[in-house]
Amino acid sequence: MNRRGFLGDVRKYKTLLLMLAPAVLFFLLFAYVPMAGIVLAFKQFNYNGGIFGSPWNGWDNFRFFFESGNAWMVTRNTALYNIAFIIVNNALQIGAAILLFEAVGKWFRKLTQTVMFLPYFISWVVVGAIAYNLFNYDVGTLNSILTAVGLEPVDVYNTPSYWPFILVLVSAWKALGYGSVMYLAAITGIDTEMYEAAEIDGANIFQRILHITIPNLYPTVIILVLLAIGNIFRGDFGMFYNMVGNNGLLFSSTDVIDTFVFRSLTTSNEIGLSAAAGFYQSVLGFATILLANYAVRKYDKDHALF
Amino acid sequence: MSATITTKGNTGSGPKGAGKKQYDRLLLSILGYVSISLLAILCIIPFLMIISSSFTEESKIVEEGFQLFPAAFSLDAYELLFKYPGQMLTAYGVTISVTVLGTVAGLFLTAMTAYVLQRKDFKWRNKFSFFFFFTTLFSGGLVPWYLMIINYLDLKDKLLVLILPMLLNVFYIIVMKSFMSSIPEAITESAKIDGAGDFRIFIQLIMPLSKPALATIGLFIALGYWNDWYNALLFISNENLMPLQYYLYKMLGNMDGMRRAMVSSGAVVTMNIPTESLKMAMTIVATGPILLAYPFIQRYFVQGLTIGSVKG
Repeated sequence: MNRRGFLGDVRKYKTLLLMLAPAVLFFLLFAYVPMAGIVLAFKQFNYNGGIFGSPWNGWDNFRFFFESGNAWMVTRNTALYNIAFIIVNNALQIGAAILLFEAVGKWFRKLTQTVMFLPYFISWVVVGAIAYNLFNYDVGTLNSILTAVGLEPVDVYNTPSYWPFILVLVSAWKALGYGSVMYLAAITGIDTEMYEAAEIDGANIFQRILHITIPNLYPTVIILVLLAIGNIFRGDFGMFYNMVGNNGLLFSSTDVIDTFVFRSLTTSNEIGLSAAAGFYQSVLGFATILLANYAVRKYDKDHALF
Repeated sequence: MSATITTKGNTGSGPKGAGKKQYDRLLLSILGYVSISLLAILCIIPFLMIISSSFTEESKIVEEGFQLFPAAFSLDAYELLFKYPGQMLTAYGVTISVTVLGTVAGLFLTAMTAYVLQRKDFKWRNKFSFFFFFTTLFSGGLVPWYLMIINYLDLKDKLLVLILPMLLNVFYIIVMKSFMSSIPEAITESAKIDGAGDFRIFIQLIMPLSKPALATIGLFIALGYWNDWYNALLFISNENLMPLQYYLYKMLGNMDGMRRAMVSSGAVVTMNIPTESLKMAMTIVATGPILLAYPFIQRYFVQGLTIGSVKG
């Protein structure tokens, strides 16, 4: 630790450090200082005391969160939804990418890719409007069709058991274009010599897909899936909030950690509870992402996050 | 036709093998065209439904519900919306200002940060990279962040609160950094020998060379701002500061609010407001610019995905 050396370095990198300063300040304000605010999880918050002046209450917030049964429910929902999203979305995206690459003409590929990418560009609010258009009990398109063919209308917004299917479909719908473009890029990167060799050996196109295309996609798939697993305890707030909102009837099957934290903060104003649930999620998320990264590292060092 | 040439059990190459392969290709093509068409249709249909509903006469919607094709064509909803835009116009103004300011500032800071982090002669670049990266691994959660913005930065109900929290994104910095490290180092080196300062090198040499990445990331940032409703949900209660998406969110969930909004912007109190078709028309108007720009900007997003898909 040479002090003069350090100061000398500061002088040497003066401009570069100044150029970094805004970003450093940004992450200090919006990420690092709030990290210190984690202490709130162990406090009984009041606005006069603020984050650091409020009195401590030990593990009470956590006890309340776990004993109410909410902790288990929202954790389970968050993890199960994310697992379903990972499986369904990746399978669909890989299937679509393979077909786009192998089976269809260039013009058709461009057109359909453009169409499939469209849902990625709209906000979750607009997706909420689409859901309303489809599922509203009185005027929704789904019920218009059902009654037109003589069936009973369904009350989607009052039936929790429909929602896992709806949310998995919506997630797949929104992510299809984005994901298939990503996998398409990976397929395009496969060495064409392999295909030529297979052709000479008389492999048909299905054998080619099965034995060349898919195995060559493994590295990309494994890495993307592992990274997604690292985020398994982070719910997509925009999606859940715009699809379900504050409809308590559906919480048993739709409430995830993020929506629970949000409601505890804004609706019921239980700041300590909300902070405790948020802290719990952060720790859980940190642990899983470290594990996932460890797995990626074992598999392929170059693709590990750190 | 090729099936007549091919005989079973023939393993030879040449025209016979080609015939067999064509048959496989045909099967795959059918599978491909059918399933991809189906997926594409499923992706576009919800948009068509919204558009159709927005052009349907309100009485028909109340009677028969939303349909894929308008049961009775009507421009009522749009007429009302354009005659009394009121709040919607304000929301448009907010969204446009936030998007423009946020994108310009965010893009500049992203590029500047990325440039420093990829400078190989900068001794602390790994330390700083980790400083930024760590924030994607661990966070204090919603509550401390929220209180920081409300209590300490005092940003509640300020336009700035719609811009600041989304200004920088570690993922974009990483993508930008990996793009910039493909620019030959010799450019920086020789400019330094000529006596140019680091900031000048960044502005005059690196920025122009980074145009493709700037375009892509700029569009990602702009899309993020345009579609943002979350910061407004948390921090905005002043109606004049509501961005478009949040305004739409409010209107979708609250018919009375919609009536009030229409009335306050000048619609006659006793007027029969076509709430259902109006909701759909508002959705279209709020998404319109994206739908219009989409065909032109789509390729930049595809480009961005392929730059950033490997690492990040």
